Amino acid sequence: MCEACGCSASDVAGKDAETVAVLHRLLDANDQTAAHNRAHFNSHRVVAVNLMSAPGAGKTALLEATIDALKDEFHMAVIEGDLETDNDARRIRARGVPAIQITTGNACHLDARMVHDALHELPLFDLDIVFIENVGNLVCPASFDLGQHRNVVLLSATEGDDKPAKYPVMFRTADLVLLSKMDLAEVLGDFDAARAEQAVRELANAAPVLSISARKAVKLEIWTGWLRGEVTTIRAAQAVTPLAQGNHYHRHEHHHSPAVA
Amino acid sequence: MHELSICQALIAQVSGIAHERAGRITAVHACIGPLSGVEAGLLADAYPLAAAGTAAEGSRLELETAPVRVRCRTCGAEGDAAPNRLLCPTCGDWHTDLISGDEMLLLRVELEVDDPPPQQTAMESSHV
Repeated sequence: MCEACGCSASDVAGKDAETVAVLHRLLDANDQTAAHNRAHFNSHRVVAVNLMSAPGAGKTALLEATIDALKDEFHMAVIEGDLETDNDARRIRARGVPAIQITTGNACHLDARMVHDALHELPLFDLDIVFIENVGNLVCPASFDLGQHRNVVLLSATEGDDKPAKYPVMFRTADLVLLSKMDLAEVLGDFDAARAEQAVRELANAAPVLSISARKAVKLEIWTGWLRGEVTTIRAAQAVTPLAQGNHYHRHEHHHSPAVA
Repeated sequence: MHELSICQALIAQVSGIAHERAGRITAVHACIGPLSGVEAGLLADAYPLAAAGTAAEGSRLELETAPVRVRCRTCGAEGDAAPNRLLCPTCGDWHTDLISGDEMLLLRVELEVDDPPPQQTAMESSHV
């Protein structure tokens, strides 16, 4: 039947044309899996932090330094995303912290399904913080919710202070921007932390922009201080969420769409 | 190049709709904003590849975009903005909320559906 006026005309004999309004996000299935991951984290009172940056900005070095600084305070684990190798996971395990390596092959980002599979290999009951080290890439990871509570984006001094203006999708939604390798800024001479912060503000993002150097342990305490504050905030929210009462129903066997890549 | 993954998610959604309606997909309409993180041209290129062998094979992908618009928290003004300069067009403040431009939406699906069998139509009309 014709959708426009209700007459019986149709374009093809024996066939009707039909238009179905949908208005769903294209990544609806990923979003649902991400919500499921978040419920998992919340029911175990685990805080999940998604670390994103260009390749080589120092995500793994930051995690190594963070583990050393906070290992007596928090139980931590890391989910590592890389195209190939388990080098990063081995670096984390050498610090005495569990690490699950996801090798994505040629995929340029982690998605919620990959993180979900990794979660089942982690002792969530014993953990306080799970760091997800995303694939080094300032474009693709921005589009995929993984179920994290906070997004941290690293911008290293060698990359240039205008990166937020070049990659607005990534930097617009950051909850924290860490200017990394800032011990090199003096040598480079052309990286201006104030300009980087201004570029973040022009994306209407009020996130803190902090300068650190993980290798030289410079101002690492402003990062660990931020992290400690966020853990307190997120755990307070988890305590009043019904899912935190320990009755999270694990229904992933029939929750996932098999067609999602 | 995450557009292929996103296209596969799109095909999975529309295939589900085609299955429910027992129809063949002729066109898919989606809205991709400049701040969605998806490149419309790459999505269009990926579409025939992702659609091959599915209920969407041979269908058209129609993409529309949405303007980047902000509302100022300070002065309340609304207006257009550049994707990397989301400032208030009236007072210049950066304390704004994005009100359009990050869409990544499946809007509607056009299907070709077989007419119901004639005897069923006759039964239905006898009840009216």
